[in-house]
Amino acid sequence: MKRRGLRRWISNGMVVIMAVAVVVAVMPLLLILGTLVVKGAGSINLAFFTQTPVPAGETGGGVAHAIVGTLMIVGAACVIGLPIGISAGIFCAEYPANPLARTTRFLADVMIGTPSIVVGLFAWTWIVARQRHFSGFAGSAALAVLMVPMVMRTTEELIKLVPNSLREAALALGYPRWRTSLVIVVRTALPGIVTGVLLAVARVAGETAPLLFTALGSQFMSTDLKAPLAALPLVVFTYATGPYEDWHRLAWATALVLIIVVMLLSIAARLATRQRFDRKG
Amino acid sequence: MSEPVGAVAEAAVPPSQPRIQTGLGGRSWADLGFRGVLTLGALAVPLLMAFLVWELWVGSRLAIGRYGLDFLVSSAWDPVAQQFGAVPLIFGTLVSSLLALVIAVPLSLGVAIFLTEFAPQAIRQPVAFLIELLAAIPSVVYGLWGIFFLIPFLREHIFPFLRSALGFLPLFQGPIYGQSMLAAAIILAIMVMPYIMSVSREVLLAVPASQREAAQALGATRWEAVITAVVPYAKSGIIGAVILGLGRALGETMAVTMVIGNRHEIAASLFAPGYTMAAAIANEFTEAVEDVHLSALTYVALVLFMVTVLVNAGARLLIWRVTRGAPTGGQGL
Amino acid sequence: MTHLATEKLTAMYSKFTAVKNVSLTFPANHVHALIGPSGCGKSTLLRTLNRMHEMTPGGWITGKVLLDTEDIYAAGVNPMQLRRRVGMVFQKPTPFPTMSIYDNVCAGLKVNGRPARKETREIVERALRRAALWEEVKDRLDQSAIALSGGQQQRLCIARSIAPEPQVLLLDEPTAALDPQATQRIEELVFELKRDYTIVIVTHNLQQAARVSDTTTFLYLGHMIEHGPTRQLFTAPKNDQTEAYITGRFG
Repeated sequence: MKRRGLRRWISNGMVVIMAVAVVVAVMPLLLILGTLVVKGAGSINLAFFTQTPVPAGETGGGVAHAIVGTLMIVGAACVIGLPIGISAGIFCAEYPANPLARTTRFLADVMIGTPSIVVGLFAWTWIVARQRHFSGFAGSAALAVLMVPMVMRTTEELIKLVPNSLREAALALGYPRWRTSLVIVVRTALPGIVTGVLLAVARVAGETAPLLFTALGSQFMSTDLKAPLAALPLVVFTYATGPYEDWHRLAWATALVLIIVVMLLSIAARLATRQRFDRKG
Repeated sequence: MSEPVGAVAEAAVPPSQPRIQTGLGGRSWADLGFRGVLTLGALAVPLLMAFLVWELWVGSRLAIGRYGLDFLVSSAWDPVAQQFGAVPLIFGTLVSSLLALVIAVPLSLGVAIFLTEFAPQAIRQPVAFLIELLAAIPSVVYGLWGIFFLIPFLREHIFPFLRSALGFLPLFQGPIYGQSMLAAAIILAIMVMPYIMSVSREVLLAVPASQREAAQALGATRWEAVITAVVPYAKSGIIGAVILGLGRALGETMAVTMVIGNRHEIAASLFAPGYTMAAAIANEFTEAVEDVHLSALTYVALVLFMVTVLVNAGARLLIWRVTRGAPTGGQGL
Repeated sequence: MTHLATEKLTAMYSKFTAVKNVSLTFPANHVHALIGPSGCGKSTLLRTLNRMHEMTPGGWITGKVLLDTEDIYAAGVNPMQLRRRVGMVFQKPTPFPTMSIYDNVCAGLKVNGRPARKETREIVERALRRAALWEEVKDRLDQSAIALSGGQQQRLCIARSIAPEPQVLLLDEPTAALDPQATQRIEELVFELKRDYTIVIVTHNLQQAARVSDTTTFLYLGHMIEHGPTRQLFTAPKNDQTEAYITGRFG
């Protein structure tokens, strides 16, 4: 009996330790969000969103240039990456036994695991080195390379979930193969595909490393993808590691805005997919 | 009834001849065009991958030619003298990542087990969700928080405590700057924890309830049932989750470069600054003037790429085996 | 008068032969049942009648299938056009989930060149009436199709297949997934539909075959064992295997 009591004591003790682990695990999230709000919220005002930076060392100014830059770079990345990723995903789902599909599926997983700095370096050698100048476009290319495998995998998974009976019903009505895939299958899987896209956009919008030597960053407002372009994550990095107090203040505010955008996109995407696939536990 | 619709050809062949169909009938140009577009998309992935490897290879050829494999065993990194040795980078990458795992794995597993086996149903999903949100925070934001919150905190409270309590170990000796290997390891631990936790959770959920029930029927406490029946069953998947976390830690760039100190040095102390492969590339690439410097950094990228590919491939293999394939079996009662 | 027939039809999946040398005729405006134990080839045979068989990887045939004396497997025949003349309803009700009830019914019309809007409305109403679903859904035509019950969804699928005015209707175990009440409604429907269409129904439910069909074909391991008027096949089968199957001794 005494041994049983000790075992139970150990069991309960471990449960307590694990509960503590949960608290410890959740703490960084709360600390980070809390710090961001405390240090950044105060600097968020209209000027922050509408003005461009003032000369270094002076106070004031905003990050309008980086907001525009991020929109341009991420937008171009979507234009390049989404069609490729979605078509690849549809291909792998519709012709799963095809050797190209198997190769692509495997390599997409490899690409997802590639460090984003390596992708940035690749974009540098591919575009920047050849053109001999930095450009927002090279940054978009790097982000597109990151997006393609992500979007491809989620699209493929979603389309595979569409029951084959739906395809057969469409074919039996006289739908040609292409129309079956496009109108019936893709339309059915569309909400899931969209959330997959949102998640991928959220991921790349926050990426800094691939932009370090492609888009490079800039202090000026511009929409020219053929030249260096500012971006929100680059602003956070430059200002956080810079010497000026005011830069630090702006870094916090920019980080807060960045994280709000990224989190909103991620949460929206995850909520939608959770409703779709009920998980136990 | 209805009129005949569409083109049904008159049978031109005598009925005695059999007809063989191979399933190609009815392919219109639109079908072929559609498939063609999809094929182009699918081709892009292997092409991009091949192109990436090729560019890395071409870019590092200069450095490989000049330094060969000595690059991987030499420590001197002096762009001016054109000496490049990547050992401190490799050392720093491995130490920071492995140390991050030492911190993150017990934490992640504890949370994963708690959430799948012990937590009240109502909090399981919300807590998992919160922890997975950590994965959505961009690396540069971790870095920012690291510079202005974590490092001062470590420098003023934690590191001195560690030095006084554990200073007999070389790991905790030496000057405290704040920016250090240990700081990088801690931030990496926070960053990889959600990945290890969520994959472990998936793997644990795939274990049939019968395993735990069998152990409990033999008189085990809840904890014993989990540790002797459930966890061993999921063992290879959990190892896979850990290796996946390792893969992520190896490639982390921004947060690391902002808190590690960026020094090409190997030191025994965890309080000393260090460097990782990814951080070095990020830091030095835009300032590299000499072609050989750029090539050396590309060489580093090539090494980093190969290491992460191998690690990730291994991880996925292990995870796949548990969530889909043969069980590893329990070792318990 | 539509006349559907097979002539020395052999259907294969790569190297496996599922239907062996079957020659059958299905006279117009009758209900023909295909019965047999699992794996006998009845579904495969059905799927050769609208060239769905070849959509399965490895599916191919030798022989002929004649629709109004024209071989549907002749070179130059467009299978998609064919499938508008020969409609199919499957075991699992599959309304298109992103479309309303109205859009589901006219889904088969859109592929053939869109008729005028007013005409479409008439076609939809006619199809739904014929499928005995109109009264239940006439007020909610633009609601989602998946809000309907299983039996209603299956009737919707039937409406969808008859909207393009096919000549033949193929039913592959149409009530296998439905409860007895819904099953009965569909059986009554089949009885009415034969006035306008030639119907071939695959079923593993012998009582259903006996209730609903005019002629029955018994298949076993790909061979046609017996074929004849339903009443005669069920009360006085000529073949021993047929009798064994009907009395439940196997399958």
